[in-house]
Amino acid sequence: MRFIDEYRSQAEAQKFVQAIFQSVTRPWTIMEICGGQTHTLIKSGIDQMLPPEVTLIHGPGCPVCVTPLELIDKAIAIARRPEVIFTSFGDMLRVPGSEADLLSVKAQGGDVRIVYSSLDAVKLAQKHPDRQVVFFAVGFETTAPGNAMAVWQAQQLDLANFSILCSHVLVPPAIEAILGSPDNRVQGFLAAGHVCTVMGYQEYEPIAERYRVPIVVTGFEPLDLLQGIYMTINALETGRWEVENQYTRSVSREGNLSAQHLAAQVFQVCDRQWRGIGLIPGSGYGLRPEFAAFDAERRFDVGSLTAQESSLCIAGQILQGLKKPHQCSAFGTRCTPERPLGAPMVSAEGACAAYYRYGRKE
Amino acid sequence: MNQDSPVDFSLQCPIPISDYPTVLLAHGGGGRLTQMLIERMFLPAFDNPVLENLHDGAVLDVEGARLAFSTDSFVISPLFFPGGDIGSLAVHGTLNDLAMCGARPLYLSAGLILEEGLPMEDLWRVVQSMQGAARRAGVPIVTGDTKVVDRGKGDGVFINTTGLGLIPPGIHVSPRRARPGDVVLINGAIAVHGMAVMSVREGLEFETALESDSASLHDLVARVLDIAGEQVHVLRDPTRGGVASALNEIAAQAQAGILLGEATIPIWEEVRGACEILGLDPLYVANEGKCLVIVAQEAAEAVLAVMRDHPLGQEAAIIGEIVEDHPGRVFMRSRIGGMRVVDMLSGEQLPRIC
Repeated sequence: MRFIDEYRSQAEAQKFVQAIFQSVTRPWTIMEICGGQTHTLIKSGIDQMLPPEVTLIHGPGCPVCVTPLELIDKAIAIARRPEVIFTSFGDMLRVPGSEADLLSVKAQGGDVRIVYSSLDAVKLAQKHPDRQVVFFAVGFETTAPGNAMAVWQAQQLDLANFSILCSHVLVPPAIEAILGSPDNRVQGFLAAGHVCTVMGYQEYEPIAERYRVPIVVTGFEPLDLLQGIYMTINALETGRWEVENQYTRSVSREGNLSAQHLAAQVFQVCDRQWRGIGLIPGSGYGLRPEFAAFDAERRFDVGSLTAQESSLCIAGQILQGLKKPHQCSAFGTRCTPERPLGAPMVSAEGACAAYYRYGRKE
Repeated sequence: MNQDSPVDFSLQCPIPISDYPTVLLAHGGGGRLTQMLIERMFLPAFDNPVLENLHDGAVLDVEGARLAFSTDSFVISPLFFPGGDIGSLAVHGTLNDLAMCGARPLYLSAGLILEEGLPMEDLWRVVQSMQGAARRAGVPIVTGDTKVVDRGKGDGVFINTTGLGLIPPGIHVSPRRARPGDVVLINGAIAVHGMAVMSVREGLEFETALESDSASLHDLVARVLDIAGEQVHVLRDPTRGGVASALNEIAAQAQAGILLGEATIPIWEEVRGACEILGLDPLYVANEGKCLVIVAQEAAEAVLAVMRDHPLGQEAAIIGEIVEDHPGRVFMRSRIGGMRVVDMLSGEQLPRIC
């Protein structure tokens, strides 16, 4: 298949693996930010093809995993209401809240539906004027423009029965939170190619400079990741810290300006709780006051709900790269994809689920 | 359990499933939750040696003849999809379950559960489609039943079919017979049916020319058995839960390992593309008209040739082998040469965010 097979060639992969082996002279720790990249690494077995000096740490870039527990509880409270059609991307449905998940709400009669696009939720609202359609707006900068478009369209259409439960998060503040932590071990980053397709990579330049870490904007296919790792190691070995772009077929330095403009019209930067990590200042998007009418938290008055995380789950340490999934005492025993304790076991992009699914148990 | 209620003495066992207080869709998804339901609730309740084989159908010794007996229910939405409909699917599904026991299908039954308000025209289309599929297969529908439920309590039509077949002498097909050295074949490209149905499902519509490959496989299977007989160890149609779940079940029952080669598994470009876009793994997507054949190594080439000679097997391929390592588990060599576990599907396969 064009645009896929070119990036999954065994011969080309071997060339990069060899080049990495030849460049490495000492131990390096690299974090891939995005859960999609974690998934590719484990699915293709790249983590096992690298020299022992290279340690990969799986970052907090899975939007499902970092959505705070209390927001899941709010989603569940809203989805249980009889007048609501609750719409979401598929992998949010199995994330455990304090007592239930959205799939259980569906099993008990709640109208919970999977959509592939927030615009489909807007269409549902048009089709069902007697129902309240709520969209669970989760994701990084990648999904923000699409979700902004849904809110903007709903405003244009004067839809009084559409709202979003907003849990957008932003990558650069999370990178800064990791680099600023006293426990930080990460020496280089693979930045998420899809986020940078939207946002460009200018905002990473001051971070690379301030913390003296190389950041390589990297794609999602096996060869992208191998090349991104190679470029990061090369920078580390030669003592360079700058932002480089491996994913040139998709990413420009400025990014997609019209998408950025649309997101900025509808959303404003706000503080955001990250599940397992805590509050990161300026790390999220909330609705601007002029779009507050589309805020499901206000419409359904669930703003005051709070929740307590499981004490067994070490998701926070895993998302910060302090521990590997199999180092958790609950991994594969009390916590499995069927009965997840924490969100990284739920999403296909979660580090724990990737380790479990592809058998990385030691 | 409710702690306030007094403990009644009862000879009934407590409900053996504690993980979920209600049935989830995933309990019928063919993956791990389905397996848990079977192992923890149905097997202990219906306990008998025939059922314990956990085959696609029961194999019964009746006065010297070996009969295959299988039942399947069909609840697909939408009722009509590109390349098929619930009627032909219900006929093919049970015929295939019989074929996977190594049997020649003889008779079918049909039970129809209809929802009040179903257009008579739709019902007629379904019935004609069942009739056509049964006629082409040369297997008559000899008994049946009809029930109607209130509007809103069904999805148009639910169909149950049950089939009876005869297993020729010398044929012994069972998932437990897979042994190290055996070769795993499939008769064509995977995930076609699942993606064809998904392409027309409400809310997910995408443009594609994909059509379901639903078909009855007993003729193909008969030819495989003709040429390889006793050397055919396992037959399995990888329907719900896809190729990955079917092979995991076989690995567990045979207590053998399975090693697949990702690059050898046939898959059409448009199916791969749709799976990439929707974030689904084609190994877990449902198939109809596909069968996994596990044979002794020395028979593999001959079986491959026979399958490729058949209209339903032109894209047949050898996709893996049974190995001594990692008994009970399925591994796959990725396209770029890495190794990974192919686990059973947990719950429904959920589309990813990004």
